[in-house]
Amino acid sequence: MSDDPSVLTRRNALKCLAYGGAGTLFALSGGVFTPIDLAMAADDKYGAAKLGKPLFVQISDTHIGFNKEANPDVAGTLTQTIDIVNSMAMQPALIIHTGDITHLSKAAEFDLAQQLFTRLRTTEMHTVPGEHDTTDATVTEYFNRFGQASNNKGYYSFDHAGVHFIGLINVLQFKPGGLGTLGEEQLAWVAGDLKGRSSSTPIVVFAHMPLWTIYEPWGWGTGDADQLMSQLRRFGSVTVLNGHIHQIVQKVEGNITFHTARATSYPQPAAGVGSGPGPLKVPTDQLAAMLGITSVSVVKHPSTLALNDTALA
Amino acid sequence: MTIRRTQLVLTAVGALLLGGMEMFLPSAAETSDMAKIVVKDFTFNPTPLTVKTGATVTWTNMDDEPHTVVSDTGTFKSGGMDTNESFSYKFDKPGTYHFTCSIHPRMVGTIVVQ
Repeated sequence: MSDDPSVLTRRNALKCLAYGGAGTLFALSGGVFTPIDLAMAADDKYGAAKLGKPLFVQISDTHIGFNKEANPDVAGTLTQTIDIVNSMAMQPALIIHTGDITHLSKAAEFDLAQQLFTRLRTTEMHTVPGEHDTTDATVTEYFNRFGQASNNKGYYSFDHAGVHFIGLINVLQFKPGGLGTLGEEQLAWVAGDLKGRSSSTPIVVFAHMPLWTIYEPWGWGTGDADQLMSQLRRFGSVTVLNGHIHQIVQKVEGNITFHTARATSYPQPAAGVGSGPGPLKVPTDQLAAMLGITSVSVVKHPSTLALNDTALA
Repeated sequence: MTIRRTQLVLTAVGALLLGGMEMFLPSAAETSDMAKIVVKDFTFNPTPLTVKTGATVTWTNMDDEPHTVVSDTGTFKSGGMDTNESFSYKFDKPGTYHFTCSIHPRMVGTIVVQ
């Protein structure tokens, strides 16, 4: 078995995909979403599209402006990601960007990101900010461009194809030494937003930082996320999407499925490996593979293994 | 033997005195109007840092990852500091100032202004 070169190849591919990546397609079937590796969905050799309606693609952590060794060309890898989305036979209705659009919240970085996004064939894009998008002194660069949907609050909801989408912000009220925070005001707004909504409505919640604690020493979590989850528990299908950690981590808890996305920019170490969650440097010739761009031949993707192993087997 | 012992005692006293004096000698940071904090490997160093009123503290980011310096009370706030970028703040009032990196909130530091 170990002599079979295909095993080695697949193992390597899975290892690579666990770090970076192009994006994730979420197909809707029977009110439940299935995440599918974007490159695989675009290729469609394995019938991924049959898993359901390709409703939206999640991309995350584009970090436009980053130029260090871990990936000197983040604009290039985002462009490659956009090319893959555009090549899909059936275009997704929406794009959801789960934050860290830019690296340093600079106007020029946001401008370049927006310019690149205009190449997407799918024009409806919904965003939430990451902590890298809100480091400018006045916290206005993000909101000047993407604040309209939320009336500059950072949180908002909308409906599409019978699915209720809720975008949340958890990067503004950091507690020192602690995790991200939603805050009382936002939590009260969510309660009002969900009130009277049928429990059979599929819910998609998206925010930048993980809405469950993945690794507290690195701040990979949201301190008051439990209060949000208690509001979501009565719904039959809840999908929670986050970015921030540049790798896939998933959890299923009752009817709630948590999914963190890979980055289009650069890989980060696994929780607790090294001094902190900084860019992971890999040899230049390995970067594309680490970002998953070239890994189109993987049959089983780690994200779908956990959720829908039989469907893709 | 007696002489040797005395010498030993004197040496020991001298070492104690020197050691004691070192404790009371102000550190380089305190005597200067300028003090530096290095931001590296997701930590602020040194912390806590004691400075005199009127001193300017400069934080310099030595990581590949950007960091910020944000006072818990909003007294000072840097923008995102990229690699090798710095932020400075002049402390005109005595007190204890806690700060954090808003990108990595587990990074915390303290400046005591005397």
